[in-house]
Amino acid sequence: MARIGVFVCHCGTNIAGVVDVKKVVEAAKNLPFVKFTADYNYFCSKPGQDEIVKAIKEHNLDRVIVSACSPSLHEKTFRTCIEEAGLNPFMVEMANIREQCSWVHKDKEKATRKAIELVRAKVAKVAKSTPLKKMYTSVEKKVLVIGGGIAGIQAALDIAIAGYKAIIVEKNPSIGGRMAQFDKTFPTLDCAACILTPRMVSASQDENIKIYSYSEVCEVSGFVGNFNVKILKKARSVDEEKCTGCGQCITKCPAKVPSEFDRGLGLRKAIYTPFPQAVPNVPVIDRQACRFYTEGKCRICEKICPFSAIDFNQKDQIIEEKVGAIIVASGFTLFDHSVYGEYGYGKLKNVITGLDFERIVNSSGPTGGKVVRPSDGKPAKNVVFIQCVGSRDEQKGIPYCSRLCCMYTAKHALLLREHDPAAQAYIFYIDIRAAGKNYEEFVKKVQTEYGAMYLRGRVSRIFEKDEDLVVRGADTLSGAQIEIKADLVVLATGLVARPDATQLAKMLRIPYDKNNLFTEAHPKLGPVETVTSGIFLTGACQAPKDIPDTVATASAASVKALGLLTKDKLTIDPEIASVNPFICSGCLNCVKVCPFSAIETEEFENKLFKEKKVVAKVIESLCRGCGNCAAVCRVGAVDLAGYKDEQIMEEIKAL
Amino acid sequence: MKYAYFPGCALKSSAIEYDMSTQEVARKLGIELAEIEDWICCGATPAHLTLHLLSLALPVKNLLKAQKEKLEVVTCCAACFNRLKVANHFMQTDEEHRVKVNTIVDANYHGDVVVKHFLEVLINDYGLERIAKRAVKKLENLKVASYYGCLLIRPPEVMKFDDPEDPHSMDDLMKVLGAEAINWPYKHECCGASFSIARTDIVLRLTNDVLRMAKEAGAEMVAVACPLCHSNLDMRQMDIAKKYKHYDLPVLYFTQILGLALGIEPRKLGLNKHFVDPMKLLKKKGVI
Repeated sequence: MARIGVFVCHCGTNIAGVVDVKKVVEAAKNLPFVKFTADYNYFCSKPGQDEIVKAIKEHNLDRVIVSACSPSLHEKTFRTCIEEAGLNPFMVEMANIREQCSWVHKDKEKATRKAIELVRAKVAKVAKSTPLKKMYTSVEKKVLVIGGGIAGIQAALDIAIAGYKAIIVEKNPSIGGRMAQFDKTFPTLDCAACILTPRMVSASQDENIKIYSYSEVCEVSGFVGNFNVKILKKARSVDEEKCTGCGQCITKCPAKVPSEFDRGLGLRKAIYTPFPQAVPNVPVIDRQACRFYTEGKCRICEKICPFSAIDFNQKDQIIEEKVGAIIVASGFTLFDHSVYGEYGYGKLKNVITGLDFERIVNSSGPTGGKVVRPSDGKPAKNVVFIQCVGSRDEQKGIPYCSRLCCMYTAKHALLLREHDPAAQAYIFYIDIRAAGKNYEEFVKKVQTEYGAMYLRGRVSRIFEKDEDLVVRGADTLSGAQIEIKADLVVLATGLVARPDATQLAKMLRIPYDKNNLFTEAHPKLGPVETVTSGIFLTGACQAPKDIPDTVATASAASVKALGLLTKDKLTIDPEIASVNPFICSGCLNCVKVCPFSAIETEEFENKLFKEKKVVAKVIESLCRGCGNCAAVCRVGAVDLAGYKDEQIMEEIKAL
Repeated sequence: MKYAYFPGCALKSSAIEYDMSTQEVARKLGIELAEIEDWICCGATPAHLTLHLLSLALPVKNLLKAQKEKLEVVTCCAACFNRLKVANHFMQTDEEHRVKVNTIVDANYHGDVVVKHFLEVLINDYGLERIAKRAVKKLENLKVASYYGCLLIRPPEVMKFDDPEDPHSMDDLMKVLGAEAINWPYKHECCGASFSIARTDIVLRLTNDVLRMAKEAGAEMVAVACPLCHSNLDMRQMDIAKKYKHYDLPVLYFTQILGLALGIEPRKLGLNKHFVDPMKLLKKKGVI
């Protein structure tokens, strides 16, 4: 006979402010098998837990209801608590009378009635609970890092420093990401490449780090501690073992196409490395541009290569890896400003983005660091910067603030003046958001020492007049309409999720928000975790971040991953499915609905009826306890431990 | 093709040539325009400046008349077009105003009468290709700056007509007629609209900007689709000449230009009714 204790929590006034706790306790007393009831201000506190332990021992209770908050918050607390009192940790149920009752209701009487109902249902369920055995899994001591920008590089380096192995998978031919495209960094004006490339080299030299460049993660299965990953290594057409990076092939290649790295403002060859400090320093043949692949003849690179490293027959490869944790560092892309007719629908040549400006102002960029107009190469003297392009625009853009644009625009204005003391920057802004160490000071400096003209207002139109641009906008501080004749307009386009972000999220089974940014487990207390255990986030794939924040979250994510790797075994949830082979009809609908491929088939012999049949069988190490199989089973042969049909039915009946 | 025609006040007075040319063009193309019986003023600017409900009830009264005939409504005046569309928008999306206006006009109207500008009818319903086939005169060598003003295309979520930042419908029409459509940046600037009377100085400044930009872009003629734009650009050109510069830039309704291409007599299109005489230019270009 079950002996149930019911503990009703006040949670200060969180619950007691709306629900009459005493009434709930009184009602609980009359429920079947309830041998003890109590209420307390905070059961999650140490004295609160002691009360529970004491009651279990004194009243010989064998199962417990904690009527308090959501199980996602404190179920673990109370499982440990009753284990301390000698019970199986799975003999506790939480009746959630806070999130699902007191927080969402105002009518005290009705809320109290609902709380009683919730407790009644959980009492009925826990009466049918059976002890479950804790399960463990091994941990693969390796971390997959998706994305080789500064976030991914930093995360991998931190994993490697701790002595564990990391794999970086980068889509592009080189690691380095967006930061490699930047000229200087705010507010210190460090050269981005100068501080990034040593880290890129460290990553490539570290024996604990394996870099798959020009590769993509194409499949992820398994679970925390034991992820199976398939990586598509695209054909480079250059043998990485043989190539020394001498670059002769690049010099001689006759085919030129716009360079992605230089944002189409410059050209690259068909065989190329994105930038001189590329890691690995092994070129890639762009088969869409290569004359041999498109026209069937050329092969100059093959002839010129002293190491016979060119391999036109190379094929895409699938590489399989096993890892214990995954760090997602897939980064961002820029908002596409071609939706804005007022800025010329992306058709005006001299209207560029901030990232374009980074390349223009960079001495190794397409213009050799000269700030010129893309249309005719003439020096750009009057440059208008427009902030919040796409950002903070609920109608055509994204609702959020992209956080970096105020700062990088200020930096651009400074760089403009440094490159040409006669040049003038005009900056249209809504607000200046310079929250960060030394950020406000930096903006002040740009305003006072570098003569940037800050104009508070929006630009209503940009149009071409003769060879110049005319920028018309409002200066809301003076109330005037202004028109500026400009050589160049730089749009501070916002940071948005990459177009394939949702696809990656689905592959990893991590949630994303309405802006396709990956969702953290808790906005405050779990900023680098996801709700899928073993998968962590860093960088701008979660929200726009500048370099310091990106690096900080990269280190944070690696600490979280290392926390898993340092364990010999991980406790896994025993709340998994099982099949009763006597009842199973072998329809295998469960196999179809299992998202984790955790159900296989086996031959089963029923000795009583002397029959052999094929039945479903759950692979315990793969089952995550989602319950899909239990829901579709037509004959009720599948049960989910902790959520058995019998328990659920009792819970429903009690309502 | 039959439509309920809402001419509006301007087309019966200051912009009578817009009405004349529209009717002529429609007749030539076989588009039947049945003028709404006993139509009343759309409210234009004064109504929505004085009483919001009045500015919705007036257009709705006209739309209800068209609803009885089960016809789509066509109008030429950009202001009428705007007011009719705005009224429909409120009746479709705003419960509070729907109830109030329906009480005033004693009806149960939900904004479902389709309202079209004549330009829309020509381009989308009749088709530019068919128009090109009917044209008997090629307007070659004629450089036309199409001027859209504000009310025809804005607010975009209500008007749902053409591109609010880079309109091109009138340019498309000019191109199929053989004219050269000038690409210029002021095609949707404001002409000053009804400030024409209260603050003529503002209108003179704004229209001077528009005409100057058209001239600098190489235009020989301006095409318009709004009676108020027309009066500001055409009638005020003498005052502009006194204050700023003499442009001598004829301003024609798109229906008049289309009428010429269809071979309609200039007099029937009201080409003699403009302040800036277009005849000299049209003769020079061999259009008439």
